[in-house]
Amino acid sequence: MPYEAFKDNEYIESLVKELQENGTNVVVGAFDKLINWGRSNSIWPLTFATSCCGIEFVSLGAARFDMARFGWEVARSSPRQADFMMVAGTIVNRMVPVFRRLYDQLAEPKYVIACGGCAISGGPFRNSYHVAKGIEDIVPVDVFVPGCPPRPEAMIYGIMQLSRKIKVEKFFGGVNRKEKQEKFLAEHPVEGVKD
Amino acid sequence: MATITEKIAKLFPQATVADGDIPAISIDDAGWHELAAALRNDPDFAMDYLVTIVGMDWTDSLGCIYYLESTANHAMCSVTVRTTDRENPMLHSVSDIWHVAGIYEREVYDFYGIVFIGNPDMRRLFLSIDWKGFPLRKDYDMNPELNPVSIESERQSDTTDTYVETPDGKIEKKTVEIFRKEDFVVNIGPQHPATHGVLRFRTAVDGETIKKIDVYMGYIHRGVEKLCETLNYPQTLHFMDRLDYFSGHQYHHCLCNVIERAAGIEISRRAKVIRVMMDELARIASHCLFMGTFCMDLGATTMLFYTLRVREQILDIMDKTCGARMSFNYGCIGGVMQDIAPDFQADVKALLEILPKNIKEYNKIFTGNVIAKNRMEGVGYISREDAVAYGVTGPSGRASDWACDVRKTHPYSIYSELDFEQVTATEGDSMARFKVRLREIEESAKILAQLVDNIPEGEYCVKVPKVLKLPVGSWFEMVEGCRGVFGVYLESDGSTKPYRLKLVPPCLPLAAAVDHMTQGQKIADLITIGGSLDYIVPDMDR
Repeated sequence: MPYEAFKDNEYIESLVKELQENGTNVVVGAFDKLINWGRSNSIWPLTFATSCCGIEFVSLGAARFDMARFGWEVARSSPRQADFMMVAGTIVNRMVPVFRRLYDQLAEPKYVIACGGCAISGGPFRNSYHVAKGIEDIVPVDVFVPGCPPRPEAMIYGIMQLSRKIKVEKFFGGVNRKEKQEKFLAEHPVEGVKD
Repeated sequence: MATITEKIAKLFPQATVADGDIPAISIDDAGWHELAAALRNDPDFAMDYLVTIVGMDWTDSLGCIYYLESTANHAMCSVTVRTTDRENPMLHSVSDIWHVAGIYEREVYDFYGIVFIGNPDMRRLFLSIDWKGFPLRKDYDMNPELNPVSIESERQSDTTDTYVETPDGKIEKKTVEIFRKEDFVVNIGPQHPATHGVLRFRTAVDGETIKKIDVYMGYIHRGVEKLCETLNYPQTLHFMDRLDYFSGHQYHHCLCNVIERAAGIEISRRAKVIRVMMDELARIASHCLFMGTFCMDLGATTMLFYTLRVREQILDIMDKTCGARMSFNYGCIGGVMQDIAPDFQADVKALLEILPKNIKEYNKIFTGNVIAKNRMEGVGYISREDAVAYGVTGPSGRASDWACDVRKTHPYSIYSELDFEQVTATEGDSMARFKVRLREIEESAKILAQLVDNIPEGEYCVKVPKVLKLPVGSWFEMVEGCRGVFGVYLESDGSTKPYRLKLVPPCLPLAAAVDHMTQGQKIADLITIGGSLDYIVPDMDR
């Protein structure tokens, strides 16, 4: 996909500019590039789906949309082996602690994509008594993909955005997301779990 | 029908019987258990299939409406039982008469707080044990502060309550252990790639053999029925796509049927034909995905790619007409949302052409495979009697020789004019369930072939008032979804919103039957048995 085709280049550019304000160390910068190149081309998803969006995620893995082209096809069933979580479907009250535990079990560096209206805000079920109004209150989110459910093309676009975010990470993935994550986890502690 | 009502009036003078489409009996709780036993065992009634239990809150009283059907002659009846006690509402359980009542009564308890005397397991079903209030009661406090979203693990109990009646008429509460002390319990799910969604099994095993399974659901309970009560009729439709997301068309069809019947709307034949065609296309797509994921559960990953090829082709047809790959929201009150795409017929013909070739290919790759045979034949057997008692409908029920296809038993729309066969098998094992679905694809293709050149001219949607008000009353309709009988019970109080909209999902009884079907089987077969039932978790949880 050509660079101009992305709709949010301004955002990425300002992010890069901010990161490189103080210049880059030659050695660390070179390693960063190498590591990010590797990471961004093999982000493995966790097999996690609660409802409709999960079926589109299955389609994404099949021959027609073929996410193997991008190096995302190795869907892991264990969170210990996965890089990112595609939150496909509604998260309800009973699922919230389970979902949070899954996130905590993901190994660093870890990313979250909120896929579909339900994961973003509760979607059509927002007014229900048993639905979490978006997952942003439960885990830190990197990319939002709207739709109900999003088409597989939209999901591909969403994961590509994630891959772009990974490409501009600095200090081996330390700086630009860690701050947000640490702040978030401090604000949303789970009893008995040290983040 | 007249004889049935007369006989009930004679046997149970305290019951009132009203004649409608189906006899509507109402009786007080004291006589209910006896009446239930008579309806089930008397050969004149032989109501051996409990379709659903509709929990109700009429503000002055709480109660249940039981829908019953006879598998012999497909006669139906409904029984209403009420209690005026709102503090400690109690009714007598019928779970000893119909097995499936066990899980339905738990659902009613969860939503309305009605305790069933004699039900062996009176736990909440979808909501946690600390949940405050009963959400489907009309006076439920929706304040989210009462039941906040918490990231702390929820409190769980290893015991369940049961209420028994002593000979002198007192009700005693007893606490029962779900598993025995010496049981070794393995937890499977809710996050498990092969449970087809967020379903959880607590499995007691003896070595590799399953002793008991406690199905734990509610991980995707979204409270659709309560949400529907706050929306007007056209707005309630879109939830139908999000229950069983493969049967979206059929579910729409069902709710539209109910509302159209209540409002007295007659839809055009063109709309009927389009709806039936969409239903059958959805059925083929659903069964294709079933085959793919089921074979993947068995380790045959390749099948997924073969079957999804056909599914993608069907999704393209729907995409052109409905404008979406999933969540179509295509059926609407009075017909369908928009006319079919210009190349709809050509696309369907192209699909019908490649289908036989594909089915042959599936059989070649998988059905005859030695490993597949060993893992499916004789595994997860359920007899016809048990299938009826547990309410296992759809292809799973038909694999146990229970002819339960609503398209044949209670023909709706234009199904009575169509030439197709009800696919049944006698084996009742996983292989039979697989083969029935495979043959149903052929039958659906047969229906499509009859209709594709016979789509009559006419309007695709008749004019319906912008603000739709239904008369006071209640209606019940069923359709054949991809996984079994889907029903909608609608009660209207004359306003623009439903007073009560009960959705009867086919997957809830399927999940409840897993315990019965897997007892004594190997734990490795649990996944394949569950896969062959093909339940959809958002459908059972709603």
